[in-house]
Amino acid sequence: MGDNVRNPGSCASAVDPPQIRLQLMSNPLYLSGARELVSAVAKRLGFADEACGKIALAVDEALCNVIRHGYGRDPNRPIWVSIWPVHECGCGGPDVHPGALKIVIEDEARQVDPSVIRSRDLEEIRPGGLGVHIIRAVMDEVKYEKRDNVGMRLTMIKRRREEADNDQAEGDRKESEGG
Amino acid sequence: MADNSTRPGFATGGSDSAFRVTVNNTGSAVVVLPSGEIDLNASPVLRQELKRVQTARPERLIVDLSGVPYMDSSGVATLVEAMQIARKNSTRLVLCGMQDKVRSIFEIARLDTVFTIAPDSQAAMTV
Repeated sequence: MGDNVRNPGSCASAVDPPQIRLQLMSNPLYLSGARELVSAVAKRLGFADEACGKIALAVDEALCNVIRHGYGRDPNRPIWVSIWPVHECGCGGPDVHPGALKIVIEDEARQVDPSVIRSRDLEEIRPGGLGVHIIRAVMDEVKYEKRDNVGMRLTMIKRRREEADNDQAEGDRKESEGG
Repeated sequence: MADNSTRPGFATGGSDSAFRVTVNNTGSAVVVLPSGEIDLNASPVLRQELKRVQTARPERLIVDLSGVPYMDSSGVATLVEAMQIARKNSTRLVLCGMQDKVRSIFEIARLDTVFTIAPDSQAAMTV
């Protein structure tokens, strides 16, 4: 066996490749697939239903922003979604119930100063401009940055709320055993 | 004469079928029933249909969201636009039948107090 193979549940190094890396084109048709993937993975990693829904919403909003603002609705540009479970020690690995989930969304769109990426004033009632607010509201950590050569990177972290998420996981386990 | 029509949109993918919008015209009220997830792929279909029914300036426009399990900010933006048109036309716009996940995005966007929201379509007729 190679040096990189670990026992299931062991910690991985912080520089490890993501556990999941999805490439999709910037076509709104694929949003539902990305949402379902992220939600199903979060659920499998022990997040409660409500948290899974919020993580999927944040990913949806982030992808929409890339499609609309980054790529100007061109449906044939690449977007990458990478997912790491994050352990208490801060590294990612194939643990059943990690402390958090890290999701990174990268694109090749035009670069913008991360400090100008912000939500509109919520007092101003008008269509649009809510995506960034929603992402920041539902995720625990959100960071926009420029990639090295081209495009932007959005890093989002959602922590498990132990009590709620463990209750849900226990309920799911019992349901599964009962069925 | 009642105008009851169903307009299929693009398939939204996911576990089931295409996004659809059904319109029921019941006297002074027009009831719009979207069915399926409302995201950036589906919201243009809803937007087009809302614009179409609003050209007739109905007294009351009810958007029944009971068949909508998910909505993102593009769906919310579509409804905000419909609200602005309704205000201009003196149309009473009422949202109803919101599932928890959909209500949650209105709360996050602090729009739950901006829209008139009724529990179901029957209540939406009188609120």
